Amino acid sequence: MRAEMFVKPVRRLAVAVAVLLAAALPAVAQQAAMPQQSAGPGAAPTVAADPQLEADVMELSHKLRCLVCQNQSIAESNAPLALDLRDQVREQLAAGRSKNDVIDYLVARYGDFVLYDPPFKATTLLLWGGPVLLLVGGAGWLAWRLRRRQGELAAMHGLSEAERRRARELLAGDAKQSSSESPESRS
Amino acid sequence: MIPELGHFALVLALVLALVQAIVPMIGASRNRLALMAVGRPAAQGQFFFILFSYACLTWAFIQSDFSVQLAAANSHSATPLMYKITGVWGNHEGSLLLWAMSLSLWTVAVTVFSRNLPDAFVARVLGVLGWVSTGFLSFLLVTSNPFERLLPAVPDGRDLNPLLQDPGMIIHPPLLYMGYVGFSVAFAFAIAALLSGRLDAAWARWSRPWTTVAWVFLTAGIAIGSGWAYYELGWGGWWFWDPVENASFMPWLLGTALMHSLAVTEKRGAFRSWTVLLAISAFSLSLLGTFIVRSGVITSVHAFATDPKRGLFILALLVIVIGVSLLLYAWRAPKLGGGGSFSLVSRETSLLGNNVLLSVASASVLLGTMYPLFLDALGMGKISVGPPYFESVFIPLMTPVVVLMMFGPFLRWKDDDLAKAVRKVAPAFVASVLIGLGTAYAVDHVSWRTVLGLSLAAWVVLASILLLVGRITERAGAAMGARLRSITAAWWGMWLAHLGVGVFIIGVTLVGSLEAHVDVKMQNGQHAELAGYTFTFRGVRDADGPNYDAARATIDVTRGERAIATLTPEKRLYLAQGMPMTEASIDIGPFRDVYVSLGEQIEDGSWIVSIYYKPFISWIWLGCIMMGLGGVFAAADRRYRRLAAREATVAANQRVA
Amino acid sequence: MKAKFLVPLLLFFALAGFLAFGLTLNPREVPSPLIDKPAPAFSLARLDDPARPFALEEMKGQVWLLNVWASWCVACRQEHPVLVRMAQQKLVPVVGLNYKEVRGDGAINARGMALEAETALAIERAQRWLDDHGDPYVLSVLDIDGRVGIDFGVYGVPETFLIDGEGRIRYKHIGPITPESLQQVIMPKIEEVRRAG
Repeated sequence: MRAEMFVKPVRRLAVAVAVLLAAALPAVAQQAAMPQQSAGPGAAPTVAADPQLEADVMELSHKLRCLVCQNQSIAESNAPLALDLRDQVREQLAAGRSKNDVIDYLVARYGDFVLYDPPFKATTLLLWGGPVLLLVGGAGWLAWRLRRRQGELAAMHGLSEAERRRARELLAGDAKQSSSESPESRS
Repeated sequence: MIPELGHFALVLALVLALVQAIVPMIGASRNRLALMAVGRPAAQGQFFFILFSYACLTWAFIQSDFSVQLAAANSHSATPLMYKITGVWGNHEGSLLLWAMSLSLWTVAVTVFSRNLPDAFVARVLGVLGWVSTGFLSFLLVTSNPFERLLPAVPDGRDLNPLLQDPGMIIHPPLLYMGYVGFSVAFAFAIAALLSGRLDAAWARWSRPWTTVAWVFLTAGIAIGSGWAYYELGWGGWWFWDPVENASFMPWLLGTALMHSLAVTEKRGAFRSWTVLLAISAFSLSLLGTFIVRSGVITSVHAFATDPKRGLFILALLVIVIGVSLLLYAWRAPKLGGGGSFSLVSRETSLLGNNVLLSVASASVLLGTMYPLFLDALGMGKISVGPPYFESVFIPLMTPVVVLMMFGPFLRWKDDDLAKAVRKVAPAFVASVLIGLGTAYAVDHVSWRTVLGLSLAAWVVLASILLLVGRITERAGAAMGARLRSITAAWWGMWLAHLGVGVFIIGVTLVGSLEAHVDVKMQNGQHAELAGYTFTFRGVRDADGPNYDAARATIDVTRGERAIATLTPEKRLYLAQGMPMTEASIDIGPFRDVYVSLGEQIEDGSWIVSIYYKPFISWIWLGCIMMGLGGVFAAADRRYRRLAAREATVAANQRVA
Repeated sequence: MKAKFLVPLLLFFALAGFLAFGLTLNPREVPSPLIDKPAPAFSLARLDDPARPFALEEMKGQVWLLNVWASWCVACRQEHPVLVRMAQQKLVPVVGLNYKEVRGDGAINARGMALEAETALAIERAQRWLDDHGDPYVLSVLDIDGRVGIDFGVYGVPETFLIDGEGRIRYKHIGPITPESLQQVIMPKIEEVRRAG
């Protein structure tokens, strides 16, 4: 019964939100489209001769570390070496080389240190696998703990699962209030 | 003379910190009220002396006393007054003094707001805080004396790093430190409880408001820091996964987990050892963050003051504080068990699930931050771990957090029916995925990231509405006013903070997908177009400041015929350090920012101008404000005051008996 | 005390161990992937005779150092006396790679400068600097645009490469050479390479 009660307002709301978004967002999207080089007198020339190429250069540059700066990418930094490397990236992409070629070129000279996206290999196995291991371990630990707790508590109270369920049913009216009940309130 | 007074006050503060560390602890273990009572005045006296010392240092900066080395290195006679004051913490020694001062301020807050707690408990808490303070004050006095004299004095100082001469930097460090250091209270509560062996739901209830307030400060501090980066670094980035940012983000993640875990422990008395571990870990990560920033072990754009020699001292401090706490934990925690029962399908379980996810996220950030150091130390080469790694790890971990975050509140405490709860939210869930897809399609940017982000945001918003509606209709028959009044501040806090996460996700997703950028060469009268806006260059004028020379451009922003704003980005040259800086100019709007920064002048006299269009970016900070406000509401809940009053009477009665 | 409650403590000690080790490392030093690989080929104009290009092959059969320097580089001034003394003692031939002499100098706006003009200015500046501070180099070559520097993975000046008789890079020294680093690191490396070659 209750579930249905909510479905209606939600549905109405969903429609309203969808209509609103549909009206507002295309405008945003349109605006965000790549800058068109407006012709005509008075138009300022872009710094980059080819804005699409420049966008690619910057995208790649954001993943490359500036060696002389303290933790900045070569896209963010204006250190001379960062500018040189950005020129290299631009030159090579313009010559039709792929992003991977450019990455290989830089790694051959500066090592994996230039990559903000560390490559997947033996030495980075733990780096990439670590979060997965932690997640599996953490979830497994929680599941195990919760199950064991159930067992412990059941044994402690000397109740079978069926009895517990019945007790719960009897206390069902109390369940709503249970948030205000805490073990200390006994003291 | 004044610097010497400041130095002397710092020594006195250290003495009082030692008194505060030792005497109440002895009192608590021997049950001697007179000894326990020493804690409060010692803590308050300590704060007075640190404050005095801090004022002396500030005085040296304001007076441009360049016979004080720190002032000479971080201030300049022409620096604006505001930045003379904030320059005090724009360096290693001063920021540590600020650290010690906020620790002391928190301690004083404990002495004031703990009238209702058992004396022995307060004595132990103050003792623990006293030990931490002793560590930091001796670190200051032994390795980093802020009052070091420079003889002979230099005629003028080297000025504060221009990057830090910004309004955002006036409040960012104090807030961040208040947050960082604030976890020391939850930490001290946990240690005191471990020491006394009395680690029960009352402990959790006492810890909750302190943890929440510290978390609010940390949230605000991180948000302001990111806002600073957004407009001070000149290209509109707002988060870099920089080690120093991570250093504040890891305690934030664990602090978030701790807040929620405390809720479970308070309600059920369950998972006490886990909650204690979180309390210890959150503060340990704060200490670790201090170490990372101050030692220079991991380089970073922020490491303005690095000195590996000091690293050893602070590492020793870290090992003692964290090592002893974890040892105590290993000794006492096994004896904690039991607690009230709750079933597998309950709000407790969902809170614990999110706890694990947040802890895993925090550990992953730690792993990514430290991994280059691990490899280097093992002689396996040097690598960099940057934003691409953190994003690819973080998004999959946070997605279930956000889903669970909005599902949990639909579950009842203790026990619930999964099928029923799922039925309740399933329509909203399906609708959010559809909205995510539809919106991504509507904005013509269908990537998995956009769809995921928008779906999650829609899920948060829809579920929040559903939750509110459910809460209001819960008491059928009652008047609307009564229904609203029956909702506690804590509930509003939870609701608002969770909704804030949704708003934050909207900002992150849309700015990531739809931002646009163009660099142009502009001369007087020339214009450029971006995202439907026209930017017309109206020339550059000199706009020299007190300690810098600047060129200020005037750029009119119009949309069609309508004037939107006049932006005035600057290119500054800070004279004392010869450091060029770019001051972006931003027209902030509810649905988009227009961001302009001025580059260099080139041969033909035109200027390089970078123009950015950042849709929905202010939602990022709006979301943070909502989260912070949520925390404020939660901490201000009447329940804590009522319970505190009740416990006070109980304690008083016991004492009489 | 149950063992599992010791896990956080042990993890923390492991972390602290790494941190302690980290204090001894220099985070700014990036090892070169070019070690034991053939030095990148180049052909650059000589400082003393710009019409004559110099190529790696000319040093074939010798163990030598390639020292990256520039007149605007402050740290180079610090290591220069060491190089001069090395040259006097004829320890090892050193070739200078003059790196971005003009455009690397922050004080000069080299943008839009014609290459000939820049080269002429570079020669004048570099030569004057060697006249003032002594010339320890067998010869110096001009890397006007820093392209060869990138090929060698140069990210700061000064840097010094040890190259063996077959043209392979055997060692890279980052930062100024000090009398200590010369004696304790570089000379032993040179001896080692000479013995092997």
